[in-house]
Amino acid sequence: MRSFFRTDAQPSVVATSLLSILLFGLLIGAYLAGSYYRHQENPQDKVMPTVSEMLDGMKRAAFEPDRNGDLRLWVDTFASARRFGIAIGVVLLAIPLGVGMGLFPYVEAVFYRFIVFFDKIPALSVLPILFIIFGLDELSKIALIVIGVFPTVALEAHLRAKSIPREQIHKAQTLGASEHEIAYRIIMPQIFPKMLDTIRLNLKAVMLLLIAGESLAATVGLGYRIFVVRRYVAMDIIIPYVLWMTGLLFLTDWFIQWVIRRRYVWVDK
Amino acid sequence: MAANPYLISLQGVEVSYPKNGHGDSGRSIILNNVRLNIRAGEFLSLVGPTGCGKSTILRLILGAQFPTRGQVLVDGQPVSGVDRDRGVVFQRYSLFPHLTVVENIAYGPLLERTSMPQRLLCTPAYRRTRRESLAEAQEYLVRIGLNPWDGDKFPYELSGGMQQRVAIAQALMMQPKILLMDEPFGALDHNTRLAMQLLILEQWEDYRMTIIFVTHDLEEACYVGTRVIGLSQYWSDDNGKPGIGAVIVTDLPTPGGHPKPTAIRATAEFNALLEQVRHDALDPTNRQRLRQFNLIHQDALKPEPLSAAEVSEAKEGTDA
Repeated sequence: MRSFFRTDAQPSVVATSLLSILLFGLLIGAYLAGSYYRHQENPQDKVMPTVSEMLDGMKRAAFEPDRNGDLRLWVDTFASARRFGIAIGVVLLAIPLGVGMGLFPYVEAVFYRFIVFFDKIPALSVLPILFIIFGLDELSKIALIVIGVFPTVALEAHLRAKSIPREQIHKAQTLGASEHEIAYRIIMPQIFPKMLDTIRLNLKAVMLLLIAGESLAATVGLGYRIFVVRRYVAMDIIIPYVLWMTGLLFLTDWFIQWVIRRRYVWVDK
Repeated sequence: MAANPYLISLQGVEVSYPKNGHGDSGRSIILNNVRLNIRAGEFLSLVGPTGCGKSTILRLILGAQFPTRGQVLVDGQPVSGVDRDRGVVFQRYSLFPHLTVVENIAYGPLLERTSMPQRLLCTPAYRRTRRESLAEAQEYLVRIGLNPWDGDKFPYELSGGMQQRVAIAQALMMQPKILLMDEPFGALDHNTRLAMQLLILEQWEDYRMTIIFVTHDLEEACYVGTRVIGLSQYWSDDNGKPGIGAVIVTDLPTPGGHPKPTAIRATAEFNALLEQVRHDALDPTNRQRLRQFNLIHQDALKPEPLSAAEVSEAKEGTDA
Protein backbone atom coordinates (compact mmCIF):
# COMPACT_ATOMS: atom_id res chain seq x y z
CA MET A 1 0.00 0.00 0.00
CA ARG A 2 2.93 2.26 0.62
CA SER A 3 3.55 2.33 -3.11
CA PHE A 4 -0.06 3.03 -4.12
CA PHE A 5 0.42 6.72 -4.92
CA ARG A 6 3.81 6.47 -6.52
CA THR A 7 4.46 7.53 -10.11
CA ASP A 8 6.99 4.73 -10.47
CA ALA A 9 4.74 1.96 -9.09
CA GLN A 10 4.77 -1.23 -11.12
CA PRO A 11 1.62 -3.25 -10.41
CA SER A 12 1.73 -6.84 -11.66
CA VAL A 13 -0.54 -7.99 -14.46
CA VAL A 14 -2.78 -9.77 -11.96
CA ALA A 15 -3.05 -6.69 -9.75
CA THR A 16 -3.83 -4.49 -12.72
CA SER A 17 -6.56 -6.85 -13.91
CA LEU A 18 -8.11 -7.17 -10.49
CA LEU A 19 -8.05 -3.42 -9.90
CA SER A 20 -9.52 -2.81 -13.33
CA ILE A 21 -12.59 -4.93 -12.64
CA LEU A 22 -13.00 -3.54 -9.14
CA LEU A 23 -15.40 -0.73 -10.01
CA PHE A 24 -17.32 -2.89 -12.47
CA GLY A 25 -17.71 -5.46 -9.71
CA LEU A 26 -18.91 -2.87 -7.20
CA LEU A 27 -21.48 -1.49 -9.63
CA ILE A 28 -22.84 -4.92 -10.53
CA GLY A 29 -22.82 -6.01 -6.90
CA ALA A 30 -24.72 -2.93 -5.81
CA TYR A 31 -27.27 -3.48 -8.53
CA LEU A 32 -27.75 -7.15 -7.69
CA ALA A 33 -28.16 -6.30 -4.01
CA GLY A 34 -30.65 -3.55 -4.77
CA SER A 35 -32.57 -5.76 -7.12
CA TYR A 36 -32.61 -8.60 -4.56
CA TYR A 37 -34.01 -6.47 -1.73
CA ARG A 38 -36.60 -4.82 -3.91
CA HIS A 39 -37.82 -8.24 -5.03
CA GLN A 40 -37.95 -9.37 -1.39
CA GLU A 41 -40.37 -6.53 -0.70
CA ASN A 42 -42.29 -6.75 -3.96
CA PRO A 43 -41.82 -9.75 -6.26
CA GLN A 44 -43.46 -7.72 -9.08
CA ASP A 45 -40.83 -4.96 -8.92
CA LYS A 46 -40.02 -3.57 -12.38
CA VAL A 47 -37.50 -0.88 -11.56
CA MET A 48 -34.57 -3.19 -10.88
CA PRO A 49 -35.19 -6.43 -12.76
CA THR A 50 -33.13 -9.46 -11.86
CA VAL A 51 -30.50 -10.84 -14.22
CA SER A 52 -32.78 -13.69 -15.24
CA GLU A 53 -35.61 -11.26 -16.00
CA MET A 54 -33.30 -9.21 -18.19
CA LEU A 55 -32.00 -12.31 -19.98
CA ASP A 56 -35.57 -13.31 -20.53
CA GLY A 57 -36.45 -9.87 -21.91
CA MET A 58 -33.51 -9.96 -24.29
CA LYS A 59 -34.37 -13.48 -25.38
CA ARG A 60 -37.85 -12.35 -26.28
CA ALA A 61 -36.50 -9.29 -28.13
CA ALA A 62 -33.89 -11.26 -30.00
CA PHE A 63 -35.57 -14.54 -30.84
CA GLU A 64 -39.34 -14.23 -30.52
CA PRO A 65 -41.27 -12.39 -33.24
CA ASP A 66 -43.43 -9.55 -31.96
CA ARG A 67 -46.97 -8.70 -33.14
CA ASN A 68 -45.61 -7.68 -36.56
CA GLY A 69 -43.53 -10.83 -36.83
CA ASP A 70 -40.24 -8.92 -36.34
CA LEU A 71 -37.29 -9.95 -34.23
CA ARG A 72 -37.14 -6.58 -32.51
CA LEU A 73 -33.55 -6.47 -31.39
CA TRP A 74 -32.15 -7.19 -34.83
CA VAL A 75 -34.58 -4.96 -36.66
CA ASP A 76 -33.81 -2.10 -34.26
CA THR A 77 -30.09 -2.68 -34.46
CA PHE A 78 -30.15 -2.82 -38.24
CA ALA A 79 -32.21 0.38 -38.55
CA SER A 80 -29.95 2.29 -36.17
CA ALA A 81 -26.76 0.95 -37.74
CA ARG A 82 -27.97 2.01 -41.15
CA ARG A 83 -28.61 5.58 -40.02
CA PHE A 84 -25.31 5.56 -38.17
CA GLY A 85 -23.42 4.27 -41.19
CA ILE A 86 -24.93 6.72 -43.67
CA ALA A 87 -24.24 9.60 -41.30
CA ILE A 88 -20.60 8.55 -40.82
CA GLY A 89 -20.27 8.24 -44.59
CA VAL A 90 -21.44 11.83 -45.03
CA VAL A 91 -19.22 13.01 -42.18
CA LEU A 92 -16.19 11.47 -43.93
CA LEU A 93 -16.70 14.07 -46.67
CA ALA A 94 -15.70 16.68 -44.09
CA ILE A 95 -12.11 15.45 -44.39
CA PRO A 96 -11.49 16.51 -48.03
CA LEU A 97 -13.34 19.75 -47.33
CA GLY A 98 -11.17 20.49 -44.29
CA VAL A 99 -8.01 19.68 -46.24
CA GLY A 100 -9.15 22.00 -49.01
CA MET A 101 -9.74 24.76 -46.48
CA GLY A 102 -6.36 24.17 -44.90
CA LEU A 103 -4.45 24.37 -48.16
CA PHE A 104 -6.32 26.68 -50.50
CA PRO A 105 -6.84 30.20 -49.11
CA TYR A 106 -9.82 30.82 -51.40
CA VAL A 107 -11.59 27.67 -50.27
CA GLU A 108 -10.81 28.73 -46.71
CA ALA A 109 -12.27 32.17 -47.39
CA VAL A 110 -15.51 30.63 -48.63
CA PHE A 111 -16.07 27.94 -46.02
CA TYR A 112 -14.07 28.56 -42.88
CA ARG A 113 -16.13 31.17 -41.03
CA PHE A 114 -19.35 29.60 -42.15
CA ILE A 115 -18.33 26.25 -40.73
CA VAL A 116 -17.08 27.77 -37.49
CA PHE A 117 -20.50 29.41 -37.13
CA PHE A 118 -22.26 26.21 -38.08
CA ASP A 119 -20.21 24.33 -35.53
CA LYS A 120 -21.62 26.50 -32.74
CA ILE A 121 -25.24 25.66 -33.49
CA PRO A 122 -26.43 23.26 -30.78
CA ALA A 123 -27.50 20.45 -33.09
CA LEU A 124 -30.44 19.36 -30.94
CA SER A 125 -31.95 22.82 -31.11
CA VAL A 126 -32.43 22.53 -34.85
CA LEU A 127 -34.16 19.18 -34.55
CA PRO A 128 -37.64 20.73 -34.71
CA ILE A 129 -36.59 22.65 -37.80
CA LEU A 130 -35.29 19.47 -39.39
CA PHE A 131 -38.51 17.62 -38.63
CA ILE A 132 -40.49 20.45 -40.19
CA ILE A 133 -38.33 20.68 -43.29
CA PHE A 134 -37.36 17.07 -43.92
CA GLY A 135 -40.35 15.41 -42.31
CA LEU A 136 -40.17 12.65 -39.77
CA ASP A 137 -38.24 10.37 -42.12
CA GLU A 138 -34.73 9.02 -42.15
CA LEU A 139 -33.39 12.20 -43.73
CA SER A 140 -34.02 14.42 -40.73
CA LYS A 141 -32.35 11.97 -38.35
CA ILE A 142 -29.28 11.66 -40.53
CA ALA A 143 -29.20 15.43 -41.09
CA LEU A 144 -29.18 15.91 -37.32
CA ILE A 145 -26.07 13.78 -36.92
CA VAL A 146 -24.35 15.45 -39.86
CA ILE A 147 -25.08 18.94 -38.54
CA GLY A 148 -23.74 17.95 -35.16
CA VAL A 149 -20.51 16.25 -36.18
CA PHE A 150 -19.59 17.35 -39.72
CA PRO A 151 -18.28 20.82 -38.73
CA THR A 152 -16.16 19.40 -35.92
CA VAL A 153 -14.47 16.96 -38.26
CA ALA A 154 -14.02 19.57 -41.01
CA LEU A 155 -12.41 22.02 -38.57
CA GLU A 156 -10.11 19.35 -37.21
CA ALA A 157 -9.04 18.39 -40.76
CA HIS A 158 -8.46 22.08 -41.48
CA LEU A 159 -6.18 22.43 -38.46
CA ARG A 160 -4.29 19.26 -39.21
CA ALA A 161 -3.76 20.12 -42.87
CA LYS A 162 -2.42 23.50 -41.85
CA SER A 163 0.04 21.97 -39.42
CA ILE A 164 1.78 19.88 -42.09
CA PRO A 165 5.19 21.52 -42.61
CA ARG A 166 5.39 23.84 -45.61
CA GLU A 167 8.45 21.88 -46.74
CA GLN A 168 6.24 18.96 -47.70
CA ILE A 169 4.32 21.13 -50.11
CA HIS A 170 7.43 22.66 -51.66
CA LYS A 171 9.03 19.26 -51.94
CA ALA A 172 5.99 17.86 -53.76
CA GLN A 173 5.99 20.85 -56.11
CA THR A 174 9.63 20.21 -57.04
CA LEU A 175 8.59 16.68 -57.94
CA GLY A 176 6.00 18.00 -60.34
CA ALA A 177 2.90 17.47 -58.22
CA SER A 178 -0.15 19.55 -59.11
CA GLU A 179 -2.07 21.43 -56.44
CA HIS A 180 -4.73 18.73 -56.27
CA GLU A 181 -2.13 16.03 -56.17
CA ILE A 182 -0.57 17.78 -53.17
CA ALA A 183 -3.85 18.22 -51.35
CA TYR A 184 -5.31 14.80 -51.89
CA ARG A 185 -2.32 12.50 -52.39
CA ILE A 186 0.26 14.10 -50.11
CA ILE A 187 -1.53 15.96 -47.34
CA MET A 188 -4.82 14.10 -46.96
CA PRO A 189 -3.29 10.62 -46.67
CA GLN A 190 -0.96 11.97 -44.00
CA ILE A 191 -3.75 13.28 -41.80
CA PHE A 192 -6.29 10.55 -42.58
CA PRO A 193 -5.40 8.26 -39.68
CA LYS A 194 -5.64 11.22 -37.31
CA MET A 195 -9.04 11.98 -38.73
CA LEU A 196 -10.15 8.40 -38.11
CA ASP A 197 -9.22 9.07 -34.50
CA THR A 198 -11.29 12.23 -34.48
CA ILE A 199 -14.27 10.32 -35.80
CA ARG A 200 -13.66 7.61 -33.24
CA LEU A 201 -13.77 10.16 -30.43
CA ASN A 202 -16.97 11.57 -31.88
CA LEU A 203 -18.77 8.23 -32.03
CA LYS A 204 -20.54 9.05 -28.79
CA ALA A 205 -21.82 12.33 -30.18
CA VAL A 206 -23.08 10.51 -33.26
CA MET A 207 -24.90 7.97 -31.12
CA LEU A 208 -26.30 10.67 -28.86
CA LEU A 209 -27.80 12.55 -31.77
CA LEU A 210 -29.08 9.35 -33.29
CA ILE A 211 -30.93 8.39 -30.11
CA ALA A 212 -32.30 11.91 -29.74
CA GLY A 213 -33.66 11.78 -33.27
CA GLU A 214 -35.07 8.28 -32.88
CA SER A 215 -36.68 9.02 -29.56
CA LEU A 216 -38.80 11.77 -31.07
CA ALA A 217 -39.77 10.36 -34.43
CA ALA A 218 -39.20 6.81 -35.55
CA THR A 219 -40.98 3.51 -35.82
CA VAL A 220 -37.93 1.38 -35.32
CA GLY A 221 -34.43 1.76 -33.90
CA LEU A 222 -32.53 1.19 -30.68
CA GLY A 223 -33.19 4.70 -29.39
CA TYR A 224 -36.84 4.50 -30.39
CA ARG A 225 -37.29 1.19 -28.55
CA ILE A 226 -35.98 2.26 -25.17
CA PHE A 227 -38.22 5.31 -25.19
CA VAL A 228 -41.29 3.28 -26.20
CA VAL A 229 -40.84 0.59 -23.59
CA ARG A 230 -40.23 3.29 -20.98
CA ARG A 231 -44.00 3.72 -20.90
CA TYR A 232 -44.31 0.22 -19.46
CA VAL A 233 -41.32 0.70 -17.17
CA ALA A 234 -39.75 -2.21 -19.06
CA MET A 235 -36.37 -1.97 -17.39
CA ASP A 236 -35.75 -5.59 -18.38
CA ILE A 237 -35.52 -4.29 -21.98
CA ILE A 238 -34.02 -0.86 -21.39
CA ILE A 239 -30.99 -1.96 -19.40
CA PRO A 240 -29.93 -4.72 -21.82
CA TYR A 241 -30.49 -2.33 -24.74
CA VAL A 242 -28.21 0.26 -23.15
CA LEU A 243 -25.56 -2.38 -22.56
CA TRP A 244 -25.96 -3.61 -26.14
CA MET A 245 -25.50 -0.10 -27.56
CA THR A 246 -22.50 0.51 -25.34
CA GLY A 247 -20.97 -2.78 -26.43
CA LEU A 248 -21.48 -2.03 -30.12
CA LEU A 249 -19.89 1.41 -29.78
CA PHE A 250 -17.04 -0.07 -27.80
CA LEU A 251 -16.39 -2.61 -30.56
CA THR A 252 -16.55 0.05 -33.28
CA ASP A 253 -14.07 2.17 -31.37
CA TRP A 254 -11.78 -0.79 -30.89
CA PHE A 255 -12.06 -1.75 -34.55
CA ILE A 256 -11.07 1.75 -35.73
CA GLN A 257 -8.08 1.73 -33.39
CA TRP A 258 -7.07 -1.64 -34.76
CA VAL A 259 -7.32 -0.39 -38.35
CA ILE A 260 -5.17 2.66 -37.52
CA ARG A 261 -2.51 0.55 -35.83
CA ARG A 262 -2.40 -2.00 -38.60
CA ARG A 263 -2.89 0.05 -41.72
CA TYR A 264 -0.96 3.20 -40.76
CA VAL A 265 2.15 1.98 -38.98
CA TRP A 266 3.99 5.21 -39.75
CA VAL A 267 1.64 7.39 -37.69
CA ASP A 268 3.26 9.30 -34.80
CA LYS A 269 6.71 8.05 -35.69
CA MET B 1 20.65 43.36 -74.11
CA ALA B 2 23.32 40.69 -74.21
CA ALA B 3 22.23 37.21 -73.28
CA ASN B 4 22.70 36.54 -69.58
CA PRO B 5 25.56 34.02 -69.35
CA TYR B 6 24.53 33.00 -65.84
CA LEU B 7 22.16 30.24 -64.87
CA ILE B 8 20.94 32.10 -61.77
CA SER B 9 20.94 35.84 -61.21
CA LEU B 10 19.81 37.78 -58.18
CA GLN B 11 19.35 41.34 -59.33
CA GLY B 12 19.07 43.96 -56.62
CA VAL B 13 17.11 41.64 -54.38
CA GLU B 14 15.54 43.12 -51.28
CA VAL B 15 13.48 41.11 -48.83
CA SER B 16 11.80 43.13 -46.12
CA TYR B 17 8.80 42.98 -43.81
CA PRO B 18 6.72 45.72 -42.24
CA LYS B 19 7.90 46.27 -38.67
CA ASN B 20 5.46 45.28 -36.00
CA GLY B 21 5.66 48.48 -33.97
CA HIS B 22 2.75 50.89 -33.70
CA GLY B 23 3.31 54.14 -35.51
CA ASP B 24 6.50 52.73 -36.98
CA SER B 25 6.24 52.84 -40.71
CA GLY B 26 9.70 51.36 -41.23
CA ARG B 27 10.51 47.94 -42.53
CA SER B 28 12.78 45.18 -41.25
CA ILE B 29 15.28 44.51 -43.96
CA ILE B 30 16.47 40.92 -44.34
CA LEU B 31 18.37 41.15 -47.62
CA ASN B 32 19.72 44.53 -48.70
CA ASN B 33 20.00 44.85 -52.47
CA VAL B 34 21.74 41.51 -52.92
CA ARG B 35 23.39 40.92 -56.29
CA LEU B 36 24.64 37.48 -57.16
CA ASN B 37 25.41 35.63 -60.37
CA ILE B 38 25.83 31.88 -60.47
CA ARG B 39 27.14 29.85 -63.39
CA ALA B 40 25.83 26.47 -64.45
CA GLY B 41 27.76 23.64 -62.83
CA GLU B 42 28.87 25.59 -59.76
CA PHE B 43 28.71 24.10 -56.30
CA LEU B 44 27.96 27.20 -54.30
CA SER B 45 28.11 27.13 -50.51
CA LEU B 46 26.27 29.79 -48.60
CA VAL B 47 27.34 30.55 -45.03
CA GLY B 48 26.55 33.29 -42.57
CA PRO B 49 25.54 34.03 -38.99
CA THR B 50 22.15 32.92 -37.69
CA GLY B 51 19.36 35.03 -39.13
CA CYS B 52 21.40 36.48 -42.00
CA GLY B 53 18.90 35.26 -44.58
CA LYS B 54 20.83 32.45 -46.25
CA SER B 55 17.76 30.20 -46.23
CA THR B 56 15.80 33.15 -47.61
CA ILE B 57 18.10 33.27 -50.64
CA LEU B 58 17.54 29.55 -51.11
CA ARG B 59 13.76 29.97 -50.93
CA LEU B 60 13.92 32.83 -53.41
CA ILE B 61 15.68 30.63 -55.96
CA LEU B 62 13.31 27.78 -55.14
CA GLY B 63 10.33 30.04 -55.78
CA ALA B 64 8.80 29.50 -52.35
CA GLN B 65 9.24 33.18 -51.54
CA PHE B 66 9.48 36.35 -53.62
CA PRO B 67 11.66 39.42 -53.27
CA THR B 68 10.13 42.68 -52.06
CA ARG B 69 12.16 44.37 -54.76
CA GLY B 70 14.52 43.28 -57.52
CA GLN B 71 14.26 39.97 -59.25
CA VAL B 72 15.54 36.43 -59.26
CA LEU B 73 16.26 35.03 -62.71
CA VAL B 74 16.81 31.39 -63.58
CA ASP B 75 17.79 30.84 -67.21
CA GLY B 76 17.00 34.51 -67.77
CA GLN B 77 13.40 34.09 -66.66
CA PRO B 78 12.01 35.45 -63.37
CA VAL B 79 11.20 32.66 -60.94
CA SER B 80 7.43 32.40 -60.71
CA GLY B 81 7.01 29.57 -58.23
CA VAL B 82 8.25 26.16 -57.14
CA ASP B 83 8.49 23.74 -60.05
CA ARG B 84 10.09 20.51 -61.17
CA ASP B 85 13.20 22.21 -62.64
CA ARG B 86 14.72 22.87 -59.25
CA GLY B 87 15.13 20.08 -56.74
CA VAL B 88 15.32 20.64 -53.01
CA VAL B 89 16.54 18.81 -49.93
CA PHE B 90 15.60 20.26 -46.55
CA GLN B 91 17.09 19.46 -43.18
CA ARG B 92 13.80 17.83 -42.18
CA TYR B 93 10.43 17.01 -43.71
CA SER B 94 11.86 16.23 -47.13
CA LEU B 95 10.32 12.77 -47.22
CA PHE B 96 6.65 11.87 -47.29
CA PRO B 97 6.10 9.89 -44.10
CA HIS B 98 3.18 7.88 -45.47
CA LEU B 99 5.10 6.50 -48.44
CA THR B 100 7.73 3.79 -48.35
CA VAL B 101 11.32 4.53 -49.34
CA VAL B 102 10.92 3.36 -52.95
CA GLU B 103 7.56 5.11 -53.24
CA ASN B 104 9.22 8.31 -52.09
CA ILE B 105 12.00 7.97 -54.64
CA ALA B 106 9.66 7.00 -57.47
CA TYR B 107 7.08 9.66 -56.67
CA GLY B 108 8.32 12.32 -59.08
CA PRO B 109 9.02 10.08 -62.09
CA LEU B 110 5.69 8.32 -61.63
CA LEU B 111 3.82 11.63 -61.72
CA GLU B 112 5.67 12.54 -64.87
CA ARG B 113 4.90 9.29 -66.66
CA THR B 114 1.22 8.99 -65.84
CA SER B 115 -1.83 11.20 -66.15
CA MET B 116 -4.26 12.10 -63.42
CA PRO B 117 -7.17 10.02 -64.80
CA GLN B 118 -4.83 7.02 -64.98
CA ARG B 119 -3.82 7.49 -61.38
CA LEU B 120 -7.36 8.01 -60.17
CA LEU B 121 -8.69 4.94 -61.95
CA CYS B 122 -5.57 2.91 -61.25
CA THR B 123 -5.60 1.61 -64.83
CA PRO B 124 -3.44 -1.34 -65.92
CA ALA B 125 -1.11 1.09 -67.72
CA TYR B 126 -0.68 3.03 -64.47
CA ARG B 127 0.03 -0.11 -62.50
CA ARG B 128 2.62 -1.22 -65.05
CA THR B 129 4.36 2.17 -65.01
CA ARG B 130 4.25 2.15 -61.23
CA ARG B 131 5.93 -1.25 -61.10
CA GLU B 132 8.66 -0.06 -63.45
CA SER B 133 9.24 3.17 -61.55
CA LEU B 134 9.45 1.34 -58.24
CA ALA B 135 11.95 -1.11 -59.73
CA GLU B 136 14.07 1.80 -60.96
CA ALA B 137 13.89 3.42 -57.54
CA GLN B 138 14.95 0.14 -55.99
CA GLU B 139 18.03 0.09 -58.23
CA TYR B 140 18.87 3.67 -57.41
CA LEU B 141 18.51 2.93 -53.73
CA VAL B 142 21.55 0.68 -53.79
CA ARG B 143 23.59 3.25 -55.70
CA ILE B 144 23.12 5.85 -52.98
CA GLY B 145 24.24 3.45 -50.28
CA LEU B 146 21.09 1.93 -48.86
CA ASN B 147 20.45 -1.76 -48.43
CA PRO B 148 18.12 -3.36 -50.97
CA TRP B 149 15.79 -4.45 -48.17
CA ASP B 150 15.31 -0.83 -47.03
CA GLY B 151 13.10 -0.14 -50.04
CA ASP B 152 9.86 -1.20 -48.42
CA LYS B 153 10.53 0.50 -45.12
CA PHE B 154 8.87 3.73 -44.11
CA PRO B 155 11.12 6.77 -43.60
CA TYR B 156 10.75 6.66 -39.82
CA GLU B 157 12.44 3.26 -39.82
CA LEU B 158 15.66 4.73 -41.23
CA SER B 159 18.41 6.65 -39.45
CA GLY B 160 18.75 10.39 -40.11
CA GLY B 161 21.62 9.87 -42.54
CA MET B 162 19.75 7.22 -44.50
CA GLN B 163 16.68 9.46 -44.65
CA GLN B 164 18.77 12.24 -46.18
CA ARG B 165 20.19 9.80 -48.72
CA VAL B 166 16.66 8.94 -49.74
CA ALA B 167 15.74 12.63 -49.88
CA ILE B 168 18.70 13.28 -52.19
CA ALA B 169 17.73 10.32 -54.37
CA GLN B 170 14.14 11.55 -54.48
CA ALA B 171 15.30 14.95 -55.74
CA LEU B 172 17.86 13.56 -58.19
CA MET B 173 15.34 11.24 -59.85
CA MET B 174 13.91 14.37 -61.47
CA GLN B 175 17.39 15.21 -62.86
CA PRO B 176 17.02 18.86 -61.87
CA LYS B 177 19.41 21.42 -63.34
CA ILE B 178 19.59 23.06 -59.95
CA LEU B 179 19.64 21.33 -56.58
CA LEU B 180 18.93 23.46 -53.53
CA MET B 181 20.05 22.12 -50.17
CA ASP B 182 19.06 23.81 -46.91
CA GLU B 183 21.25 22.53 -44.07
CA PRO B 184 20.80 19.03 -45.46
CA PHE B 185 23.29 17.43 -43.07
CA GLY B 186 22.64 19.74 -40.13
CA ALA B 187 21.03 17.06 -37.98
CA LEU B 188 23.60 14.32 -38.62
CA ASP B 189 26.54 13.21 -36.52
CA HIS B 190 30.07 14.03 -37.64
CA ASN B 191 30.98 10.78 -39.41
CA THR B 192 27.66 10.48 -41.20
CA ARG B 193 28.14 14.06 -42.28
CA LEU B 194 31.50 13.33 -43.88
CA ALA B 195 30.05 10.34 -45.72
CA MET B 196 27.14 12.45 -46.95
CA GLN B 197 29.51 15.16 -48.19
CA LEU B 198 31.31 12.59 -50.32
CA LEU B 199 27.98 11.25 -51.55
CA ILE B 200 26.72 14.63 -52.69
CA LEU B 201 30.04 15.41 -54.40
CA GLU B 202 29.80 12.11 -56.29
CA GLN B 203 26.27 12.90 -57.38
CA TRP B 204 27.30 16.39 -58.38
CA GLU B 205 30.06 14.96 -60.59
CA ASP B 206 27.77 12.36 -62.14
CA TYR B 207 24.89 14.70 -62.91
CA ARG B 208 26.80 17.93 -63.57
CA MET B 209 24.11 20.01 -61.94
CA THR B 210 24.33 23.30 -60.12
CA ILE B 211 24.09 23.04 -56.34
CA ILE B 212 23.29 25.78 -53.87
CA PHE B 213 24.25 24.53 -50.44
CA VAL B 214 23.24 26.38 -47.29
CA THR B 215 25.05 25.33 -44.14
CA HIS B 216 26.18 26.71 -40.81
CA ASP B 217 29.24 24.45 -40.85
CA LEU B 218 32.06 26.46 -42.40
CA GLU B 219 34.38 23.51 -42.92
CA GLU B 220 31.64 21.65 -44.75
CA ALA B 221 30.92 24.72 -46.89
CA CYS B 222 34.56 25.15 -47.93
CA TYR B 223 35.05 21.45 -48.51
CA VAL B 224 32.06 20.72 -50.78
CA GLY B 225 31.76 24.10 -52.51
CA THR B 226 33.59 25.40 -55.55
CA ARG B 227 32.66 28.84 -54.38
CA VAL B 228 31.91 30.12 -50.90
CA ILE B 229 29.57 33.02 -50.33
CA GLY B 230 29.44 34.66 -46.91
CA LEU B 231 26.27 36.56 -46.16
CA SER B 232 26.15 38.79 -43.10
CA GLN B 233 23.98 41.43 -41.50
CA TYR B 234 26.97 42.65 -39.48
CA TRP B 235 28.74 45.16 -41.69
CA SER B 236 29.19 48.90 -41.89
CA ASP B 237 29.52 51.46 -44.64
CA ASP B 238 32.80 53.11 -45.42
CA ASN B 239 32.22 55.73 -42.72
CA GLY B 240 31.79 53.05 -40.08
CA LYS B 241 28.02 53.45 -39.82
CA PRO B 242 26.34 50.05 -39.23
CA GLY B 243 24.48 48.86 -42.32
CA ILE B 244 20.97 47.44 -42.43
CA GLY B 245 20.03 44.02 -43.74
CA ALA B 246 22.40 41.35 -44.96
CA VAL B 247 24.81 41.73 -47.86
CA ILE B 248 27.36 39.42 -49.42
CA VAL B 249 30.59 40.13 -47.53
CA THR B 250 32.66 37.24 -48.84
CA ASP B 251 32.79 35.67 -52.28
CA LEU B 252 35.71 33.29 -52.82
CA PRO B 253 36.71 30.38 -55.02
CA THR B 254 37.84 27.44 -52.89
CA PRO B 255 41.31 25.98 -53.47
CA GLY B 256 42.17 22.37 -54.18
CA GLY B 257 40.26 21.46 -57.34
CA HIS B 258 36.86 19.78 -57.44
CA PRO B 259 35.94 17.59 -55.84
CA LYS B 260 38.67 17.97 -53.30
CA PRO B 261 40.66 15.16 -51.77
CA THR B 262 39.62 14.64 -48.16
CA ALA B 263 43.24 15.24 -47.14
CA ILE B 264 42.83 18.91 -47.99
CA ARG B 265 41.13 19.45 -44.66
CA ALA B 266 44.50 19.10 -42.98
CA THR B 267 46.35 21.60 -45.19
CA ALA B 268 47.41 25.02 -43.97
CA GLU B 269 45.87 26.71 -47.00
CA PHE B 270 42.45 25.23 -46.32
CA ASN B 271 42.56 26.13 -42.65
CA ALA B 272 43.69 29.65 -43.42
CA LEU B 273 40.65 29.96 -45.66
CA LEU B 274 38.39 28.75 -42.85
CA GLU B 275 39.92 31.23 -40.43
CA GLN B 276 39.50 34.09 -42.82
CA VAL B 277 35.86 33.38 -43.70
CA ARG B 278 35.07 32.79 -40.04
CA HIS B 279 36.47 36.19 -39.18
CA ASP B 280 34.97 38.05 -42.16
CA ALA B 281 31.52 36.53 -42.38
CA LEU B 282 30.64 34.63 -39.24
CA ASP B 283 31.81 36.92 -36.45
CA PRO B 284 28.96 39.23 -35.40
CA THR B 285 31.37 41.49 -33.54
CA ASN B 286 33.35 42.21 -36.68
CA ARG B 287 31.49 44.85 -38.64
CA GLN B 288 33.61 44.94 -41.76
CA ARG B 289 33.56 48.06 -43.85
CA LEU B 290 32.16 47.87 -47.32
CA ARG B 291 35.47 48.37 -49.11
CA GLN B 292 37.20 45.67 -47.05
CA PHE B 293 34.86 42.92 -48.28
CA ASN B 294 36.77 39.98 -49.66
CA LEU B 295 35.14 39.53 -53.05
CA ILE B 296 37.76 37.87 -55.21
CA HIS B 297 35.66 35.30 -57.06
CA GLN B 298 35.64 36.00 -60.81
CA ASP B 299 31.85 36.48 -60.81
CA ALA B 300 31.71 38.53 -57.63
CA LEU B 301 29.71 41.76 -57.85
CA LYS B 302 30.40 44.86 -55.84
CA PRO B 303 27.59 45.25 -53.31
CA GLU B 304 25.53 48.42 -53.56
CA PRO B 305 23.56 48.35 -50.31
CA LEU B 306 20.95 51.00 -49.64
CA SER B 307 20.87 53.12 -46.52
CA ALA B 308 17.83 53.06 -44.24
CA ALA B 309 16.64 56.36 -45.70
CA GLU B 310 16.97 55.09 -49.25
CA VAL B 311 15.07 51.92 -48.45
CA SER B 312 12.09 53.72 -46.92
CA GLU B 313 12.10 56.29 -49.73
CA ALA B 314 12.05 53.60 -52.36
CA LYS B 315 9.30 51.89 -50.40
CA GLU B 316 7.10 54.96 -50.34
CA GLY B 317 7.72 55.38 -54.03
CA THR B 318 6.44 51.90 -54.83
CA ASP B 319 3.55 52.10 -52.37
CA ALA B 320 2.23 55.33 -53.86
